[in-house]
Amino acid sequence: MPGTPADAALIARLRSGEPDAMAELYDRYSPLVYAVALRVLADTGAAEDVLQEVFMQLWRHPASFDARRGSLGPWLAVIARHRAIDTLRKRRPQTDLEDVVIAIEADLEDSAERARAVEQVRASLHAMPEQQRKALEMAFFEGMTHTEIAAKTGEPLGTVKTRIRAALTALRRALNPGGKG
Amino acid sequence: MTAHEQFAEDLALYALGSLGGEAVDSVERHLEECAACRQELARLEGDMALLALTTSGPAPPQRARQRLVKALGREPRSLRTVLMRRRWWTLAPVFASLVLAIFAILLWRENARQRDRMEALRADAAHNQAMIEEAKHLLGLLTDPSAMHVTLVAAQSKPQPAGKAIYMPRNGALVFMASNLPPLAPAKTYELWLMPMRGDKPMPAGTFKPDPQGNAMLMMPPMTAGVEARTFAVTIEPEGGSATPTMPMVLVGS
Repeated sequence: MPGTPADAALIARLRSGEPDAMAELYDRYSPLVYAVALRVLADTGAAEDVLQEVFMQLWRHPASFDARRGSLGPWLAVIARHRAIDTLRKRRPQTDLEDVVIAIEADLEDSAERARAVEQVRASLHAMPEQQRKALEMAFFEGMTHTEIAAKTGEPLGTVKTRIRAALTALRRALNPGGKG
Repeated sequence: MTAHEQFAEDLALYALGSLGGEAVDSVERHLEECAACRQELARLEGDMALLALTTSGPAPPQRARQRLVKALGREPRSLRTVLMRRRWWTLAPVFASLVLAIFAILLWRENARQRDRMEALRADAAHNQAMIEEAKHLLGLLTDPSAMHVTLVAAQSKPQPAGKAIYMPRNGALVFMASNLPPLAPAKTYELWLMPMRGDKPMPAGTFKPDPQGNAMLMMPPMTAGVEARTFAVTIEPEGGSATPTMPMVLVGS
């Protein structure tokens, strides 16, 4: 983000307990965290709770984010999804913040590159067979297990598994057209 | 996908959190030992993150920001650390004095107890020392080659070979003394035998050679405890002793 402090610098200030750094990070990433939570939960109150929880966790454990493990935005998006699904399934948090390691080739701190990557993912979702996309969305946004998806759609378990994997492979190809993935 | 093919499908489901049951354990075990699959999982998480980034919608309401600011105000992380530190240092001397006082009382009590125990031990030690001195004195007399050994027999009869065994079956302690033993041929030895009460085979109880005057002593040879003896006997055996006695018997208990 040109003209603004890098995420790493904000995290460093957060570690020394500066509330201003927290405010800046919130303004930068709360729309993303909230959007993910709202998409999963479809309930503004519950999404606000997740938003609050994710940022409180970051405040309490700023060391849990390690820049070597990925950039902050995607990391927060993944954490938001995990927490939203935990809320949806009324269970205790299943994932430790420290356990989430993210590898993305695109430089997502660069807004142009981020926009391009997001556009590629959207296009790939749009292009894939509907059943494939639906299987992926049920797993990703609704947090359903493949067994639950099979029960809901009436399809064999193996088909559901294959569809989900095919959808992820298509996503990977869209993001790395020349890559090996 | 570069992960191991047999795990690729499960790994994708695992990243999504859609895998259940034993398959989760199996994937996690594999991840622990496979760097390639860990890398693939990180890439899958990256795909998930990008998928999450495609979501868009209304901005969070202003009240959410206020709520967070309020919660942060209630949780002054750095301030609390400072306060906790200050409290600790303020109370440290009190704790230290308290701990010292308790420690001093405990030490004083322990000291008195140890003094009593030491007195008792000192008395025990003196008694033991006296007994040891007496035993050493007795042993010295029995084993000293310069001590005079005199065998008394009925007047006007020739001294005959004789032996005396003192045996305690409970702990297998044995002392054997013999006198007037004829000298041995080269490569021969005397051997003492325990004749068990229940008619079992004679048990070797040690070999010995007499001095030029025909006196010999065998003290505390290694014996099995708890064997009742009917009597003892002495035979002449080849050097080193035998497993069974060779007849005739030189001496036998009455």
